[in-house]
This record gives sequence, C-alpha cells and structure tokens, in this order.
Amino acid sequence: MAERVRDGRRGAAEGVPEGRRGAVDCVPGGRRGAGERARDGLRAYWLIAGMWIRSTMTYRTSFALTMAGNLVVTGLDFATILLMFSQVDSLGGWSLPEVCFLYGLSATAFGVADLVLGSMDVLGARIRDGSFDTLLVRPAPVLAQIGADRFALRRLGRITQGSVVLGWSLVSVDVAWTPAKVLLVPVMLAAGAAIFCALFVAGAAFQFVAQDAAEVQNAFTYGGTTLLQYPPTVFGKDFVRGVTFMLPLAFVNWVPAAYVLGRPYPLRLPGWTAWSAPLVAVVCCALAGLAWRAGLRAYRSTGS
Amino acid sequence: MSDVFIEVDEVEKVFEVRKKTGFLKRERHQVRAVDSLSFTVARGEMVGYIGPNGAGKSTTIKMLTGILTPSGGRLRVAGIDPSRERTRLAHRIGVVFGQRTTLWWDLPLIDSYRLMHRMYRIPDARYAENLDRLVELLSLEALLDVPVRQLSLGQRMRGDIVAALLHDPDVLYLDEPTIGLDVISKAKVRTFLRELNTERGTTVLLTTHDLQDIEQLCSRVMVIDHGRLMYDGPLTGLHEAGESERTLVVDLERELPPIDAGPAARVVKVEGPRQWLAFPAAESAAPLVARIAAEYPLLDLSVREPDIETVIAAMLYPIGDTAKPPAERPTA
Repeated sequence: MAERVRDGRRGAAEGVPEGRRGAVDCVPGGRRGAGERARDGLRAYWLIAGMWIRSTMTYRTSFALTMAGNLVVTGLDFATILLMFSQVDSLGGWSLPEVCFLYGLSATAFGVADLVLGSMDVLGARIRDGSFDTLLVRPAPVLAQIGADRFALRRLGRITQGSVVLGWSLVSVDVAWTPAKVLLVPVMLAAGAAIFCALFVAGAAFQFVAQDAAEVQNAFTYGGTTLLQYPPTVFGKDFVRGVTFMLPLAFVNWVPAAYVLGRPYPLRLPGWTAWSAPLVAVVCCALAGLAWRAGLRAYRSTGS
Repeated sequence: MSDVFIEVDEVEKVFEVRKKTGFLKRERHQVRAVDSLSFTVARGEMVGYIGPNGAGKSTTIKMLTGILTPSGGRLRVAGIDPSRERTRLAHRIGVVFGQRTTLWWDLPLIDSYRLMHRMYRIPDARYAENLDRLVELLSLEALLDVPVRQLSLGQRMRGDIVAALLHDPDVLYLDEPTIGLDVISKAKVRTFLRELNTERGTTVLLTTHDLQDIEQLCSRVMVIDHGRLMYDGPLTGLHEAGESERTLVVDLERELPPIDAGPAARVVKVEGPRQWLAFPAAESAAPLVARIAAEYPLLDLSVREPDIETVIAAMLYPIGDTAKPPAERPTA
C-alpha cells in the first residue's frame, strides 16, 4: 500500500536522458579563481532560473493572469503621473516628456534588477524554515542560487511598461541629441540596473542579521524606484543629498538625466558626475558583495 | 583505524544567544551546542548518531557538511575542511534532510535529477548509469514523470535519496530518513541503505529517532547529549550501558496472580488476563517465553522494544545506579 498505483501511460523509458553536449570533468580542482566562481554562479543561476520558469509554466493560466495583472498594476503606476499632468503643465519645473524620461529609465532599470534578483527577499523566510541550508550543500555559489530563487518571468511586465514610456519620452522630449547624449542612455540603464541589483543584494545581506527585514528591503528598492520617477526638484534638499551620497540612487537617472535634458544638476554637482554612474554602480556592487559575504559568514557562524 | 574518512577533533560550536529581558534590553549568553567533540569515522562505516532534541546532532551535521563554521577544533571530511571549501566538499557528500525535500515541487521527479546532473557536472554516462540503478533499487521507475507534489511522503523520501546519490558521494548524511514513513517504505529505505553501504562502500551517518533504523542498519552508535559524546560503540553495548528493558506482554487464558518468572523478569503491570513483564533489553526473550509457556495457560504474547528516548534516557540518567558512570564508552 506504500505505492499508490499510477496509470500506465508513463513508462520507465524516460530513465535515460538525451545525451548532453559537452561532457564536463566532474572532479573539481582545488580552490577556484574569482572568474571561475563567477562563471559557476551564472551557470547555476541559469539552471535554477530555468527550473522556476518551467515550474511557473505548469500553471499556464495562473501565469497569464499574473502577467496581465502585473502590466495593469505597473500601468496604473504610470497613470498617476498622467493624472497629475492633466492638472498642471510641469512638475517641479519638468515637463511631461522629461518626467517620462525619468520614469522610463527608473522603471526599466529597476525592472531589470527586479527580474534578475527580485526574489532575494525570500532569504529571510528560507533561513527561518531551514531550507537555506539545503542551498549550502550544493556545489554552486549561494548568491547565485538565492538570486535565481523564485525567478518570475511575470516581472517582464515592468520592463515592458518602463521601456514603452522611455521610448515615448525619447521621441517627444525637446532635446538636441548629440552622440554623447545618445550613448549615455544605455549606459544609464545598465548602471541603474546594477545599482538596483546591489540594493537587492545588500538588502538580502541585511536579512542574515534580521530575518524579518524583507519589508525594509522593499522600502528601499520599490520605494527607491518610485522616488526616482519624480524630478529631484520636488524633494527637499537634504533628502536629495541623502539619495545622492548615502544611497546613491540619484545616479540611476537624476544626475545623468540632467546632462541629457540640459537641466541644472541636482545639488550643483559638477558636469562630469553625469558620467560617473557606471563607477558608482561598480562601487555599489562591490560594497553589496562585501555585505553579502559578511552576512553569509555571520550566518554560518551562528546558524540562525 | 587505517582509512579515516571523517575526522572530528576537539570541535566546539558556541552560539551567542540574545534574549530580550525588557524593552530594548537584551541579555547575551553563550550556548555551547557542541563541546569538545572528538570522533573518527572510517570509510565504509555506517554510524547512527542519536541524542535527545537539542543535543547538538544537527549542529554537528551542519559543521560536517560545511553549512556552519566550527568555533574551535579541527574537522576534516575526505581530507577537506568543510567550512573553508564548501563547494569542493559538496561533490563528495550527499545530504538528505528528512523533513525538507530538495525536489522541485511542481515539476516531474526526473527534472530534479536533470538539475543535479548539470549542477554537479556529472558525466553523462555515469549519470545515466546511476539514475537507472538508483531508480530501480528504490522502485521509482513509474514515478519519474509524476510531479513531486503528487508523490506520497515515502515516495518523496526515496526520491530525495536518489537525488543525493546521483553524483556518487563518498559519504551520505541522513537526517531522520524514515520519519513519518509507513512500514513498507521504511523497509525499502533500510534495505536500500544497507545495500548502498555494503556494495558501494558508501559511508553513512544517520540521525534518527527510530531505534529500529539503528538496530537494522548501524554497527555503531554515537550518543550525544549537551554537545558531548556520551557513548560510542555497538547498540548492544548501549542497552547494557543504560540497562534498558524490553517489555513482554502476555495474554493469559484467565486472570491470574502476577507471573513468577524468576530473577530474569519482573511483572510491572497486571490488567485482567494481560500482564506486562520487564526484562533486560540485552537478554534474549526466548528462555523467558519458554518458561511462561510451560507454566501458564498462554494465549498470546508480544515483545515491545524500548524506544530510543527511553534507551538514551536510561543511559544518560540512570536511576539509583551510582556504581557505573553514565558516560562509559565500552569500545571507544
């Protein structure tokens, strides 16, 4: 009676999987270099993300519905801005296409980070229920494994919506495009996504210390992107200072956008700071990496 | 011991616990989860690792698998320092956490195995061979295409064991592998583990609350309490050390005064025609049964094994037995 009898349409023939290309040596060498670890991490990320995608696809209707819901919700998000502009002609001195430029950049960059690492806030729950330990006995970097956790394609919704708004703003904004300005836009997107990724990782690292801090993390990530959808001129100076120097979200769009749109720099920053976004992103990622390592080390010495 | 595979030398693990004692006030104190623990396990051994809840069992396993870093002492598994080379060690060990499945809930069982194949970079031929063999031994052939969420607990446990062994680990850690399983599933798992150990020489370390797991599988038992090793030796020695008792339940034809079975056993309870006799767990029940059958109108009888908690408790906290120190280690 231990075996529930299964229907016969599935045979045992599936036992042997189709041959996989490129057999790899399985005896791992000694300590591995950073480059190799990064490659291992990416590989593990894709493997696990692929499993989650297939898991989601077992419930197709549910996937379609959440995807549609996601689009509607992010769309409503943008509707707020349109509603505001139906009453006023400019917001903090910025026109609608300009605000859309900010919005599109922030939403797209955040959307990419959210797609890639958006489920890292489950870390606390995984620690609490003990399933985090099962990741530590696998031969793959834990960051990659937890980063790919609950990978959800429905998050493409935000990217889609963000890039539509960005695209519209690019054609309607009143800017004399130069090659430098054109080049800066993709740089901003990449750097912005990296800054948000760093924020996700740092937030997750914090959960090693405080396991119920998922909402704190969300306040910074989701809160941050909402913030950046409005021009810096609508906020208080001290606040802008904090978002520039403490939590350098300003480099996602405010600072470089000032260059592209030919507006005064927030906090009267010098002109070259527009191009510093990639550098800021690299520093953020490095700091987040260190925070993650410290958090993981703390976990492994306390186990709670 | 010539072929030492797991080496634990004076290992300790201290946790700092903060307790709220008032508003914003916290008291810190240290908890020694594992306290100067030393043992070795040879290649191919099958060891039961038991102890009361909170004794330090899972902390030890977590240190051996590289999840936790020890606070002190030296630890080696297959010559590797687990906490420093976690990913390298991962290729050499298999871990089954009894109550936490690592299988993919919504996907067919085979998908979880394909993930292992790629994540552990198992060569194709070896993967195919291992999968065939394991799936056959644990009779999971018909279930490979069934989503894991539809499997019964016993099937899932077997599925987890396969997942943990596809990469040919040298050592298998099992945490409560038979918990919640029905009798048939338990038997299947035990038979499989025995074969794995004898035929493939896989070293097995298992924690359990089921004394039968130990009885049927492990030639050696380690008992841990308060983070210290209290006993290390064969199971029979554990019974002797603890002077634990088995119970013979006897159904007579009619109500009778307590059975006189001589010094070998004593009646602990009488309820109508049914009587309960306690006798040392290390002794055979046969002479006792023969004697009762010869002298009394016997209808039926059964032997009850002490559960593992009772055995351990008897060993750790002997009642009125001061002559024998509880921490005696007959063969260590």
